[in-house]
Amino acid sequence: MSSLLSVKGMNINFDTSRGLLEAVRNVDLEIPAGMSVGVVGESGSGKTVMCRAAMGLLQGSNVKRSGKVVFDGRELTAMSKSEVREQFGSGMAMIFQDPMTALNPVRRIGSQVSEGLRVRLGMSKKDALARSKELLELVRIPNAAAVLKLFPFQLSGGMRQRVMIAIAISCSPKLLFADEPTTALDVTVQAQILQLLRELREDLKMSMVLVTHDLGVVAGNTDYVAVMYAGEVVEFAETKKLFADMRMPYTEALLESIPTIDQKSGARLAVIAGRLPDPTDRGAGCSFAPRCKYAQDKCRNEHPELKQDPDGHLYRCWFPIGEAK
Amino acid sequence: MSKISFWLQRVAQLLIVLLLVTFGVSLLLRLIPVDLATILLPVGSEIERDLLRTELGFDKGPIGYYLQWLGDFVQGDMGKIYFSGGTEEVSTHLRNAMPRSLLLMIYTQVTALAIAIPLGVLSAYRVGRRADKITSNILFTLSSIPNFAIALLLIIFIGVKLAWLPTLGYAPLSDGIWEHFQYMIMPVISLSCGLVSTYTRLLRADMIAALREDYVTMAASKGLSDRRILWRHVFRPSSLTLLTSAALSMGALIGGAIVIESIFATYGVGFEVFFAIQGRQYVLLQSTVAVIALFYVFFNLVVDLSCGFVDPRTRDRRVNA
Repeated sequence: MSSLLSVKGMNINFDTSRGLLEAVRNVDLEIPAGMSVGVVGESGSGKTVMCRAAMGLLQGSNVKRSGKVVFDGRELTAMSKSEVREQFGSGMAMIFQDPMTALNPVRRIGSQVSEGLRVRLGMSKKDALARSKELLELVRIPNAAAVLKLFPFQLSGGMRQRVMIAIAISCSPKLLFADEPTTALDVTVQAQILQLLRELREDLKMSMVLVTHDLGVVAGNTDYVAVMYAGEVVEFAETKKLFADMRMPYTEALLESIPTIDQKSGARLAVIAGRLPDPTDRGAGCSFAPRCKYAQDKCRNEHPELKQDPDGHLYRCWFPIGEAK
Repeated sequence: MSKISFWLQRVAQLLIVLLLVTFGVSLLLRLIPVDLATILLPVGSEIERDLLRTELGFDKGPIGYYLQWLGDFVQGDMGKIYFSGGTEEVSTHLRNAMPRSLLLMIYTQVTALAIAIPLGVLSAYRVGRRADKITSNILFTLSSIPNFAIALLLIIFIGVKLAWLPTLGYAPLSDGIWEHFQYMIMPVISLSCGLVSTYTRLLRADMIAALREDYVTMAASKGLSDRRILWRHVFRPSSLTLLTSAALSMGALIGGAIVIESIFATYGVGFEVFFAIQGRQYVLLQSTVAVIALFYVFFNLVVDLSCGFVDPRTRDRRVNA
C-alpha cells in the first residue's frame, strides 16, 4: 500500500517569550492513497499545527521545524515556497474549522470560489464563475447562481462551510485536510457536512485527513485513526481495530468522555481529570502519566516509545490496555 | 427604500451638524465683549456704524443675526471684508483661496497615501524584520518634527541654498503644470510627512491583525502568491481605519494648514482664517468657518459611502439600523 502523504520525524517548536513551545514532537504519519485518516485529540494536542505544517502552511519567524514531509512521491520539505504552492489546490487543500472566519468578509462568494480556479488552473473569469456555480451545486447549495453574488456574512454557518468545501475541492485535490470541519456547526448540520464529505471523497477519489476532537466523528468517517496527545502520536490503528481493541489509556479516556444516550439524567459527565502538560516543559515520563488512572512509577520517569503490535497497531504506552490486566 | 431613507437620514444629520457649527460660531462672535461695528469700521462715523449694524443684523439679537447671516450665506452672499478704503466681498476672497487649499489638500493626500500604503503593507508583511524596524524608526522621527520645522528646513536647503524651488507664492494650474507644481512641492512635503507616519502606522496595525485571520491562511491554502494575498485579501479589510483617518484629515487640511499656508504664502483658506482673526474681520471668519465645515461634512459623507464599498458588512449594518 503506497502512501500519498508521509510525515517523518516532524518536530514543530515555537519560540515564545515563555521559552520553546513544543507543539509537535517526533510525529510519523502515513496517509495511504485513497484512504481517510482521522487525527484525534483534545484542544492543544498539536493536531492543527501538525496538519498545517504537513501542508506547508505554517508561517512565522518564530517557528522551528524539522522532519520530512513527502507528498505524492515528492519531498515538500525540500521544495521552495513557490514549488510548495504549486501543490496547493490540485494536490492538497484544506477546510478550516470556523466557517465564520475562514472566508474573506469583504469579498463575494463567487470571487472566492473562482479564485483558485483562475490562479491555479488558469481559467478565464467567465469559465471560473461557471465552474464555481457547478461546485456550489455539488456541495448542495440551493440557488447557487445567486449565492455567488453574496458576501459570507449573508450566509448561515452550514452554508459557509459548504462554500469552504467547494473552494477546497475546486481544483480536485488528491488530499483534503479537514481541520475540525464540523466543530463550529450545529449537530444536525454536522451530520450533513460529514455525509457530504464522505460522498465527495468517494466521487472524487480523494484521500482525507479528518482532524477532530470527537471520536464519534472518526468512527463512521475514517479508515485509520491517529490519536495525538501533547504533540505526539500516542496510538495509530485501523479505525475498526482501534475501537475493538484500544491499547492506549488516553484513547480509552477520550471514548469514556463521550456522553451516551442511556446515561442517567443528572449523572455527572465523565471527564479526563487534569489538563494537558505545559508545552514548554514536557517532563521526563509519559506525557499522559499525570492524568492516567493506570500510571505507575515507570510511566512518570521514562518516556515510552511507539510500540507496534503484529497487526500494525501502534501505541505509546508502557502498560497498554489488554496487557496490564 | 431602506437605503434611500438611510441616506436621507444621514444628510439630515449632517445638515444639523452644519447648522450647529455655524450657529455656534455666530454666537461666539456676538459674545465678544466689544462693539462689532466699531471693530469693523474703526474710523467711520456713528451714522455709518448704525447703517452697518442694520445691514448685518447686529441690532436683532443673536438668533435674528444668525438667521440673517444664514439667509445671505445660502444665497451666496458671504458678507464683506471692511478696509479703511472700502469693502471686498468675502466670496471673492474664498473663490480665490479655495482652489489653492483644495489642490494643496488633494496633492498632500495623494502623496501621503501613495507613500503610506506600500510602506504599511510592507512593514506589516515584514513585521519585526529589518524593513519594518527601519520604516518605523524613520516614521517616528518624521512624525516628531512639527510640519513648520520641516517647511523651514526645506526653504533653507531646497529653496535658498540649492535654489531649486521658489520659496513663496502660488501659481494656478492655468499658468502651466510646472509653474504650478514648483510652488506646491514644498508645502505638500511639509504637510505629508506627519500624515505618512500616521497612515502607515494605522494600516500596519490593521494589516498585522488581519494577517492573523483564518481567511489569510485559507487564501494561502488556495496556492495564491503572497503578493496577491496581501493586496487582494488583506489590504481591503484592513483599510477602514486608514480611510476614516484620511477623510478627517482632508477636512482638517482645508482650513487647518494655517501655518504652512502662511510660511509659503500660498494664501489658501487657512490663511484667510489667520487673516480674519488677525484683522478682526469677523464676517469673513464666520463665513470661512462655515465653508470649512461644509467641506468637512462633505468628506465625511464621502467616507461613509466608501466604507460601505470597502466593507460590505457595514453596508448591511446600516441598512438594518
